[in-house]
Amino acid sequence: MKPISIAFIVFTLALLGFSTYQALVVAPTEATMGDVQRIFYYHVPSAWVAGMCFFVNFLASAVYLWKKNLDADAMAAASAEVGVVFCTIVLITGPIWARPVWGIWWTWDARLTTTLVLWLIYVSYLVLRRFAAGGQTQVLSAVLGIFGFLDVPIVYFSIRWFRTQHPSPVMGGGEDSGLAPPILHAFLWNLLAFTFVGIVLMAVRYHLQKMENQVEAAHAQLALQGDAR
Amino acid sequence: MEWRSKDAINSMLFFSLLVVVIFSFAFNPTAEESRLIAGGLIWVAFLFAAVVALNQTWARELRNQVLDAYRVSPAPPHALFIAKALGNFLFVVILEVVMAPLFVVFYQLRSVGPVWQLVVVALLGTWALVVNGTFFAAMSIRTRNREIMLPLILFPISIPALLAMVDATTMILTGDGTPSFWLKTLLVYDVIFTAVSLLLFESVLNAE
Repeated sequence: MKPISIAFIVFTLALLGFSTYQALVVAPTEATMGDVQRIFYYHVPSAWVAGMCFFVNFLASAVYLWKKNLDADAMAAASAEVGVVFCTIVLITGPIWARPVWGIWWTWDARLTTTLVLWLIYVSYLVLRRFAAGGQTQVLSAVLGIFGFLDVPIVYFSIRWFRTQHPSPVMGGGEDSGLAPPILHAFLWNLLAFTFVGIVLMAVRYHLQKMENQVEAAHAQLALQGDAR
Repeated sequence: MEWRSKDAINSMLFFSLLVVVIFSFAFNPTAEESRLIAGGLIWVAFLFAAVVALNQTWARELRNQVLDAYRVSPAPPHALFIAKALGNFLFVVILEVVMAPLFVVFYQLRSVGPVWQLVVVALLGTWALVVNGTFFAAMSIRTRNREIMLPLILFPISIPALLAMVDATTMILTGDGTPSFWLKTLLVYDVIFTAVSLLLFESVLNAE
């Protein structure tokens, strides 16, 4: 691994340590919700990273279909996997926070439902990658990546309308009221740190995928030479 | 061409009949309740039946390497896709026409809202299911676990369309509000995904 990537990873870890310190020690305890509010420092940045990953996935899928570049496909695979991981974190931390604050684990609110559908779509993407045969994996998954990404805004708007028609009584406990400066401070540090973690994970996974591709190409080469002999 | 074997249509019909009967045992609804839940039941039944049929659209072509013939033929891939989608659309519409009276009988349905709106919802919704289904069936046919792959990728993507269909149907049946927003959503969904399918079908067909 190149020194610059090692430096980047070390920097990211340091940043993550600092932001964790900010979130757990420096940031004041929230007045009404208490310590459970601190999950917010992980929940929202994870959602942001998941969104970023899925956007990268969309771009990489489009580039792959256009240029048939295997590296773009490796990027799509890496971003989808990392995105699903962060999306899972969002879906787990959300209910943990909602249970004491809203009094329920889950509600079919627009954002929650959209996140769940997003997660379902990209899990199906990963399943497709797993089961598509041989050389068709890349095209098929790139196509699904584009479909999935286009679907998300439609899901969001249709569900938002659906739920504003039938408002649920537990809503209104969200973070709509603006953030106090010290909380915002800790939150921004975590946002930055998580963004870096997301980028590092995607980069590592991307290189792994590229190596896998090289290994596969080498195997194919070997098999061809074996036939020739 | 589909008429040669009536496998698909027969199994679809029987399948959705079974769904109707099983749901009615499972929920045992009164006329009032059934008006509220019928929107969901009808579309779930049609969705499952459509998946049964869609799985077979391309499988038949695969058997004699017809798909490879399409690939080398000079005919534009869009034409093939549109033809397949229209064929499936016709199929599912026939299914709905046959099954709708059964729903009415078994669930004592009587629509409060105007019935012609139901027809519009059915046509738009069926196209949404079929256009995506035909496209994803062409994709899932290339995977190792063909039959199970189609619902796995079709259902998550179709969630907004399903929501729109079910809610519009329920609104019309109960006469509770106008479904114009859902009709617009369905229309937008149809237009977007028909366009994307047409755009990307060539790369799916030629994926190797």
